[in-house]
Amino acid sequence: MDPFEVEGDSRKSNKPKYSKFTQQELPACKPLLTPGIVVSAFSLIGILFVPIGLASLSASQEIVELIDRYDTSCVPMTDKVGFIQNSKTDKTCTRTLTVPKQMKSPIYVYYQIGDFYQNHRRYVKSRSDKQLRYKEAAGLTKNCEPEGNSADGAPIIPCGLIAWSLFNDTYTISVNKKAIEVNKKGIAWQSDKNNKFGSDVYPSNFQKGNIIGGAKLNESIPLSEQEDLIVWMRTAALPTFRKLYGRIEADIMANDQLTVVIQNNYNTYSFGGSKVLVLSTTSWIGGKNNFIGVAYLTIGGLCLFLAVGFIVLYMFKPRALGDPSYLSWNRDILD
Amino acid sequence: MGRAGGRRRDRLRWSKLYTFSCFRAPATDEAVGPSSAGGAVGGPGFSRVVHCNNPAIHRRKPLKYPTNYISTTKYNIITFLPKAIFEQFRRVANLYFLLTAILSLTPVCPFSAVSMIAPLAFVVGLSMIKEGVEDWRRFIQDMKVNNRKVAVHKGDGQFEYKHWEDLCVGDVVKVEKDQFFPADLLLLSSSYEDGICYVETMNLDGETNLKVKRSLEVTLPLEEDESFKDFRAVIRCEDPNPSLYTFVGNFEYERQVYAIDPFQILLRDSKLRNTAFIYGVVIFTGHDSKVMQNSTESPSKRSRIERKMDLIIYILFTVLVLISLISSIGFAVRIKLDLPHWWYLQPQNSNKLDDPSRPALSGIFHLITALILYGYLIPISLYVSIELVKVLQAHFINQDIHMFDEETGNTAQARTSNLNEELGQVHTILSDKTGTLTCNQMDFLKCSIAGISYGVGSSEVELAAAKQMASGADDQDIPLRDVWEESNADGIQLVEGVTFSVGNNRKASIKGFSFQDDRLMQGNWTKEPNSSTILLFFRILGLCHTAIPEINEATGSITYEAESPDEGAFLVAAREFGFEFFKRTQSSVFVREKHTSSKGTTEREFKILNLLEFNSKRKRMSVILKDEDGQILLFCKGADSIIFDRLAKNGRMYEADTSKHLNDYGETGLRTLALSYRLLEESEYSSWSSEFLKAKTTIGPDRELQLERVSDLIERELILVGATAVEDKLQKGVPQCIDRLAQAGLKIWVLTGDKMETAINIGYACSLLRQGMKRICLSIPTGDQVAQDAKKAAKESLMLQIANGSQMVKLEKDPDAAFALVIDGKALAFALEDDMKHMFLNLATECASVICCRVSPKQKALVTRLVKEGIGQTTLAIGDGANDVGMIQEADIGVGISGVEGMQAVMASDFSISQFRFLERLLVVHGHWCYKRIAQMICYFFYKNIAFGLTIFYFEAFAGFSGQSVYDDWFMLLFNVVLTSLPVISLGVFEQDVSSEICLQFPALYQQGPKNLFFDWYRILGWMGNGLYSSLAIFFLNLCIFYDQAIRAGGQTADMAAVGTTMFTCIIWAVNMQIALTMNHFTWIQHLFVWGSITTWYLFILAYGMTLRSRDNYQILLEVLGPTPLYWVATLLVTAACSIPYLIHISYQRSCNPLDHHVIQEIKYLRKDVEDQTMWKRERSKARQKTKIGFTARVDAKIKQIRGKLHKKGPSLTIHTVS
Repeated sequence: MDPFEVEGDSRKSNKPKYSKFTQQELPACKPLLTPGIVVSAFSLIGILFVPIGLASLSASQEIVELIDRYDTSCVPMTDKVGFIQNSKTDKTCTRTLTVPKQMKSPIYVYYQIGDFYQNHRRYVKSRSDKQLRYKEAAGLTKNCEPEGNSADGAPIIPCGLIAWSLFNDTYTISVNKKAIEVNKKGIAWQSDKNNKFGSDVYPSNFQKGNIIGGAKLNESIPLSEQEDLIVWMRTAALPTFRKLYGRIEADIMANDQLTVVIQNNYNTYSFGGSKVLVLSTTSWIGGKNNFIGVAYLTIGGLCLFLAVGFIVLYMFKPRALGDPSYLSWNRDILD
Repeated sequence: MGRAGGRRRDRLRWSKLYTFSCFRAPATDEAVGPSSAGGAVGGPGFSRVVHCNNPAIHRRKPLKYPTNYISTTKYNIITFLPKAIFEQFRRVANLYFLLTAILSLTPVCPFSAVSMIAPLAFVVGLSMIKEGVEDWRRFIQDMKVNNRKVAVHKGDGQFEYKHWEDLCVGDVVKVEKDQFFPADLLLLSSSYEDGICYVETMNLDGETNLKVKRSLEVTLPLEEDESFKDFRAVIRCEDPNPSLYTFVGNFEYERQVYAIDPFQILLRDSKLRNTAFIYGVVIFTGHDSKVMQNSTESPSKRSRIERKMDLIIYILFTVLVLISLISSIGFAVRIKLDLPHWWYLQPQNSNKLDDPSRPALSGIFHLITALILYGYLIPISLYVSIELVKVLQAHFINQDIHMFDEETGNTAQARTSNLNEELGQVHTILSDKTGTLTCNQMDFLKCSIAGISYGVGSSEVELAAAKQMASGADDQDIPLRDVWEESNADGIQLVEGVTFSVGNNRKASIKGFSFQDDRLMQGNWTKEPNSSTILLFFRILGLCHTAIPEINEATGSITYEAESPDEGAFLVAAREFGFEFFKRTQSSVFVREKHTSSKGTTEREFKILNLLEFNSKRKRMSVILKDEDGQILLFCKGADSIIFDRLAKNGRMYEADTSKHLNDYGETGLRTLALSYRLLEESEYSSWSSEFLKAKTTIGPDRELQLERVSDLIERELILVGATAVEDKLQKGVPQCIDRLAQAGLKIWVLTGDKMETAINIGYACSLLRQGMKRICLSIPTGDQVAQDAKKAAKESLMLQIANGSQMVKLEKDPDAAFALVIDGKALAFALEDDMKHMFLNLATECASVICCRVSPKQKALVTRLVKEGIGQTTLAIGDGANDVGMIQEADIGVGISGVEGMQAVMASDFSISQFRFLERLLVVHGHWCYKRIAQMICYFFYKNIAFGLTIFYFEAFAGFSGQSVYDDWFMLLFNVVLTSLPVISLGVFEQDVSSEICLQFPALYQQGPKNLFFDWYRILGWMGNGLYSSLAIFFLNLCIFYDQAIRAGGQTADMAAVGTTMFTCIIWAVNMQIALTMNHFTWIQHLFVWGSITTWYLFILAYGMTLRSRDNYQILLEVLGPTPLYWVATLLVTAACSIPYLIHISYQRSCNPLDHHVIQEIKYLRKDVEDQTMWKRERSKARQKTKIGFTARVDAKIKQIRGKLHKKGPSLTIHTVS
């Protein structure tokens, strides 16, 4: 101690105050993996997972899905790209499908594109959320390069590569030669329509450049009503993706003939992508997807197996809980 | 004490009494030219010139020397910012993050710049604040020292008080009693007439006995303030150097040159004792002083775990670069081959970041993007989390009520918090002795007079051993109760008749005296059979010493100022026995004798004829005196071996009994001395006296040898009187603590500045040594060869000794045999040389305990380095004095005892505790916990970031390697900082595998740390593998679930936001489930943090979804995912899939290959410890490493010995099952 320091009465006050927290003595639960808990944990997972698996598998099985890849047959064998890029050619294509099972309404109509990198960074970035939302923000096209402004410098609304490459194939569907309406309302998320796309923002300068990307927009309809665009603007996570085209609000019976007249406008031929028309019903798990059911059954089954395995292990190689002979110092002696 | 009394005492001419160190050779010898003793002065390395009493010269060049201001801080105001920032960016990870932060300002960055810079600024800022606060504390401590005051001559014989920092070379200072010397001084004169003074060098070398310094004869007249009016002299001497025991210089005064030797030098940080004042002139100031030169820069220490962690970070970097390369090659290839066809990206309008015509350039840009993007593999928050956790752990250490010392009012302090987990991995403890193991307070406890042992009190060692035997008896295989007979409540009797009194009626009312025996007290000794011998014994105690009595004038009581605490204890004992030494004059010693309780006292005067002083070579001291009857007596006390050699034929009457008692005393850890006397004939004395005088006046280096030789002549034909046993009081709980630490598998080395005998005694006292241990003593035999030869010979002899020792260890058959290595400082100097140190270390590691005596501070540090580097395990150094600073800084962990001595050790330490015994809790509880916590925490961090970071990489492969992340920027930013940080911090702060009680009860659990069970590569790679698995499971399961079909009954398909958010939800669940499975200990805090983190995530996306900033995540939970059953189903599936492998692992491990703490947890859980107390007790006693030191070993040895004896006695006793 420094001899020049006068020792005060601070001695006692130095004493740490007792509290369960500072003394690390807080009441705690110390769960222990006893054999009982191990077996019941695995059994529980198994018992929980198998029914879920069965339920989702059966839900998936109920779903009727019609898939038709039309990109190859709707173009001539030679010079597909030239064909599709020529705006003069007639791109009408008629497809006939037979419904294997009764499809209850609503039946959802999707277009599915393969090998289209909507998740490419250059693509994802190329949009202006503010512009889509606010009328005043029409000039905010900085992020939209290279599809920000038209050649004369006027802002393109909606700007950016995503909007510019909007899908423009159209489907006209008739059942047993009788035209059937495809409802294109309500296919986008409500919140997108209400809050992300302005009801007072109208397309302008769109698809006016040298190269036409995809669909054109009706300049008299505000963006919030352009549901095709809204759906398209939700970029897909994977290069193969489906997007909602519309909804058929009538049942289609088994063996009905479905005729689809397709305007095959969209260029997937440059990059060798596919285009598929999908009609599908849904259930609580969405569209047809056996994977989730199988995965649940696998994990559930594995857990049940493990539960049995551990029971066997505990029977054949029992170790009494807290058996001191398993302590290292006792084991050393045995060795 | 009154001034007059002081003066009277000051008149003593000590040089007349002291024969060796204090003896002043004739003055002519001192006036030597610069050519002889100080031959090197003026040459290179000896260029210092000091103009005494003329400091003004030293304020200007060319003789400007550093001021006396000292600073031990790392930074100052100007250098703080650049230096601290530099320190921060020496961490590779921080440098990486700095680079990414800079790059984030460019368009290559996949995220917004803020999300890169903010965490870095936070992390670095926090660490810098911590550095700053720590340095500030050091600064305050320095200021305290710098602002101490000392009287300085300001001219005209006037002295005034100045701050230490204002001292200048050449100043004349006056230092008063019990003050520290402010700088290295040349002693000019003291309050004693012959210019001697006493100093205590505790802070320099840890020795507590007082050292005598003396001034040159020529400066003796400078004994008053006024005499410095015209004092002028010049000192030419060596340059600043760290050697504490040498000094070369000349003193030029009044046209004469005198050689200065170390006897005239008073070193900074030593203390003036027993001397009213001294005058000195400042030679070395501030950082030039020897003690400062001895201090090394305090190194920044990092724990083993952290160093390994750095390695892992390097590995992760490699992985990062690797996957970035893959990614950028993939990108370049796609850009080259595919991008021209991807019309929707308008490749014709490309900029340089993705230009199909220059794929290589784009690839290089993309490499940078990828390095930033996959940066989540490197946990940025790891460092800051660890730092935060460690600060909290340190707080717990500081707050631990069990490490609070009521006496000093000090708590344990974790002074640097970055070594907490290192405490759990200690392999070797290097301990100082004085002040650390012992209090340096002697207690007279027993004596053997005329072959009869007196004193019934028990030493601490005995007490504790007896307790241990009593409690541990039933743990043994054979029914020891048959052997032990419990005679009464507070005593346990061995069959042999050795009684250990366990009673707590031991009084300690008189400091230094714990003797209890009615046979000798209150004058009862006169009734004893050999009362005349007893009388002689007491007289030797009271007369054979060099102490000075100090009378407290208020109370009339006497205290003694003795050179060594042993002597003090003897005098106190003599006083209690009725032989009160109360006055010493130049020629006489006065004793007040009181023979019985009834009679009054008689004052007796003994004339001192000669005083043959103690030194470590002679190991004895004698006085020759004439009593009132004119009889000449020689009283001699010394080490038993020395005395026994010198006994007369008729003086060996009690030799056998006394030596038996000495052995007993030694075994119980007491310091022993044998006392003897001799009657001298007048004629014999006078002839010897003349020879002695001749030797005394010999000139030259022979003098000491001559004196020794002559002393030897008279110290013969002695008659043994008896022996004393003094207890060097150990600090509270030291033997127990050493025992426990040994049981925890720790090796303990003692490094002490003390003499070999003292060190060995303490070794016994704290059970580091015991009877029956094979002792290997390494020392350099003192020969009289010429200097160079001596060195070579010494080395060879040491080499031989080490080889012999190793051979002895190797040839030992008995597995229970224990070896102890005792080495002395000189031998150590050779043993530490490069060619020998490995041999030495090998031998030392074979020995159960190692004691190094007479070691200098530097050697302490060197030994520490040798152990640290040679064994390659964690070392811990513990000490309390400035002499331990080097070792404290050198060791992996330095622990300072914040006791009575200076603060230097504490200042240099990483942890400070106020008593040695707290070391047990610090290591076994806090160390154990912190090690496991940090190890698990780091493993988990790697797991978590790998699991998260790799999913980003996988997604890249599906996004054309374009650098797009599937997660929102905000998710990524929050992942490390908010969503997963608190649970892991709670793991790092609160996790306990077993409670503190059990840690202490099962010292073997500590070995999990030194064995590194929780941070070995197996475990680290396991965790990383788990991370890899989780990332695969999370990504690919989600991919399959959200592949292309509708995700809900409404027909909507999943977009990137939905997939990303679901995957992120799965990650949050998976990593939090993982940590829940890792934890053993859930208080409400862990529950809150783990489950709270998951809740926070949902609350966050809920809130985030309310803002338009969230882009595609707008209303994600409320509208998109919340009502989608698939989202919840997927979360459950992925979470389960991620947790199951780990669950299988821990279930299997626990059932088939449980670790110790698992079993103990189970025992506690099933309350088996309450139900089956025998088992619990048995396991507790077994839960220790095999020890060869400590009580347990001693008790074991004792039991073995008893068994052996019982065995011999034959079948009359029931014990046959001796293994």
